[in-house]
Amino acid sequence: MGLTCQSSGLSLLKDKFNISKKNEEQIVIALAGNPNTGKSTLFNYLTGLNQHTGNWPGKTITNAQGNFKYKDKEYLLVDLPGTYSILANSQEEEIARDFICFGNPKLTIVIADATCLERNLNLTLQIMELTDNVILCLNLIDEATRKGIKIDTSKLEQELKIPVIPMVARDGIGIDVLKETIDKIVEGKLQLKPLKMTYDDKIESLVSEIIDILPEYLKENYNARWIALRLIDGDNSILESIQELLNEDIPMKVEV
Amino acid sequence: MEGNTKITVNNLKEFISRKINYNEVLGDSIVAAIYEKAEEIANSVVTVNDKRKINWDRKLDNILTSKLTGYPVMLILLGLVFWITIEGANYPSQLLANILFGLGDRLSNLFMHLNAPDWLHGILIQGVCKTLAWVVSVMLPPMAIFFPLFTLLEDLGYLPRIAFNLDNAFRKAGTHGKQALTMGMGFGCNAAGIVACRIIDSPREKLIAMITNNFVPCNGRFPTLIAISTIFFGGLGAASGMFSSVVATLFVVLMILIGIIVTLIVSKLLSSTVLKGVPSSFSLELPPYRKPQIGRILVRSLLDRTLFVLGRAVIVAAPAGAITWLFANIIIGDTSLLNLCASFLDPFGKLLGLDGFILMAFVLGLPANEIVLPILIMCYMAQGTMLELDDLQALKNLLVDNGWTWITGLNFMLFSLLHFPCATTLLTMRKESNGMKWPIFTFALTTGIAITVTFTIKTLSSILGLA
Repeated sequence: MGLTCQSSGLSLLKDKFNISKKNEEQIVIALAGNPNTGKSTLFNYLTGLNQHTGNWPGKTITNAQGNFKYKDKEYLLVDLPGTYSILANSQEEEIARDFICFGNPKLTIVIADATCLERNLNLTLQIMELTDNVILCLNLIDEATRKGIKIDTSKLEQELKIPVIPMVARDGIGIDVLKETIDKIVEGKLQLKPLKMTYDDKIESLVSEIIDILPEYLKENYNARWIALRLIDGDNSILESIQELLNEDIPMKVEV
Repeated sequence: MEGNTKITVNNLKEFISRKINYNEVLGDSIVAAIYEKAEEIANSVVTVNDKRKINWDRKLDNILTSKLTGYPVMLILLGLVFWITIEGANYPSQLLANILFGLGDRLSNLFMHLNAPDWLHGILIQGVCKTLAWVVSVMLPPMAIFFPLFTLLEDLGYLPRIAFNLDNAFRKAGTHGKQALTMGMGFGCNAAGIVACRIIDSPREKLIAMITNNFVPCNGRFPTLIAISTIFFGGLGAASGMFSSVVATLFVVLMILIGIIVTLIVSKLLSSTVLKGVPSSFSLELPPYRKPQIGRILVRSLLDRTLFVLGRAVIVAAPAGAITWLFANIIIGDTSLLNLCASFLDPFGKLLGLDGFILMAFVLGLPANEIVLPILIMCYMAQGTMLELDDLQALKNLLVDNGWTWITGLNFMLFSLLHFPCATTLLTMRKESNGMKWPIFTFALTTGIAITVTFTIKTLSSILGLA
């Protein structure tokens, strides 16, 4: 089963997300964030690639991927389209959501615009609900300072229970801290138990009801609570994605 | 096993729909809870102490996106970019041409010296080399000036403001406001513009954006427009001095305006006929203005854009030059294949205020718009008079010798603006729309419009006795 899922996971990476690993050891990292917060700038800085950057939202429309090495570990970085949420209201949101949920990245970097933290936190909270290994980068911190905005990073870390890194991506400030944090998480030196949203009783009881009837292997490999929440949300595209997954997984299971 | 699972998913769907039917607000309360939490956390960690008396971002936006000043500022900025391009590109163009054609002459001498066969000398020197020299010397300088300027506007955060200004017009045309952004991408490259249409969710609006993307001139067409505009309306035309490059600029800006107006008209027609529907709303975020990184802009725009586009042009232009030379030198009966084709197209070309060679150049230029002008020059030069073309004045003489008037220049620019998309764009469209239907439709529509517009102008000018 483990092997089946792993191999189908790989083919899923390739077929659905058009992402191909150089080798098995490469660690997949997703890069998410609101539009125009500097995802591609950070992406370029880490990978040394020249993905086109520009000061307008919606520039990155497909997944871009690049490699980088840190402390003898190879990483595959996937630059997701900028979204305000991962509730799949649009094609970009669906791409970002499906990748974080079904692409099984080892960790997800959320890059936020420090000049409008609140709006960026919406997405961060949603991603934290979906996966545990999340790092928040507060980009454009210089711009924020210029505008007289001060952010208490350590308090934010305490609230969210994830690493928060102030950053000026285009000047490379904060990148070293980010790499070191990534390494710590991958090495298991840093284990994250991020803040999880709890909802009112009605929703919570519905969630457990739905989790009960979800297929076993979905529960084993994916975040069942999150899938249940999306179903309650009335998100039908998640059902389609699950259906796709089932089609991918089942024949292989029969073979094994 | 498989049957089992399918039942599970159906069960799931059934279970959900049963629950959700009388719990419709649940989704909203999930989102609301997340937003509340985000607000709560943000309020507890952020302190704002804005000492600045003036909010420059807001002030600038009031000017750049206001109903009154938005459009004029947009036109002035666009005009300024083109004026700097036209004014600045002239000298390096001549310099490059001198160097490259000098090199061509030396190569030619070398070939003579080695007693190379005539046909080889013809294909390589007169075909490939001359075309390449033209592509490089005519295209490189404007691109090397235009791209950094355009990237500067992009880096500053001006592009979304253009989209904001045009949003209302696009909504009136029954399409999506984001189309202004995909149109903006089209100025770089129409194929890239077509890919950018993915940011539009509604399939109907996406198709309209894709079909009309070609009406904004891409990098491949800008140098052509700039060259012809300079020749027939700028310094080499009636006007002279400083004033002349302003006139040339005005005509390039006019072409862009015509492109945008045609985009809106065609969008409106499509959205009220073949692709009927109501425009969907969207929210466009105006990003903060950022201090541009001049160094990075130069490197990126020169390496990524200029050299990329130039490389593509060279790759396509080399074989096209060879083919054109062959066409001009394969003699059937007592005339060349080139003349045969051109004289076949000539009557039709004349109706449009163009000629057979021009139409041939557009057809042969299908792989890339960059090479239309070089091919045309090849065709004219293959006519016999092998003159050295080392600057735009020589080009003007060549064109005038071949019967060009300012009407020909105008119609050439209009045809270039409105005609069928290049092969790359068509192939991209096939990929993005999953089939040949829409690329073929676009090909027919754009060509139809180009023919109609040029025909009308030619007919009107004949009636009025203008040229």
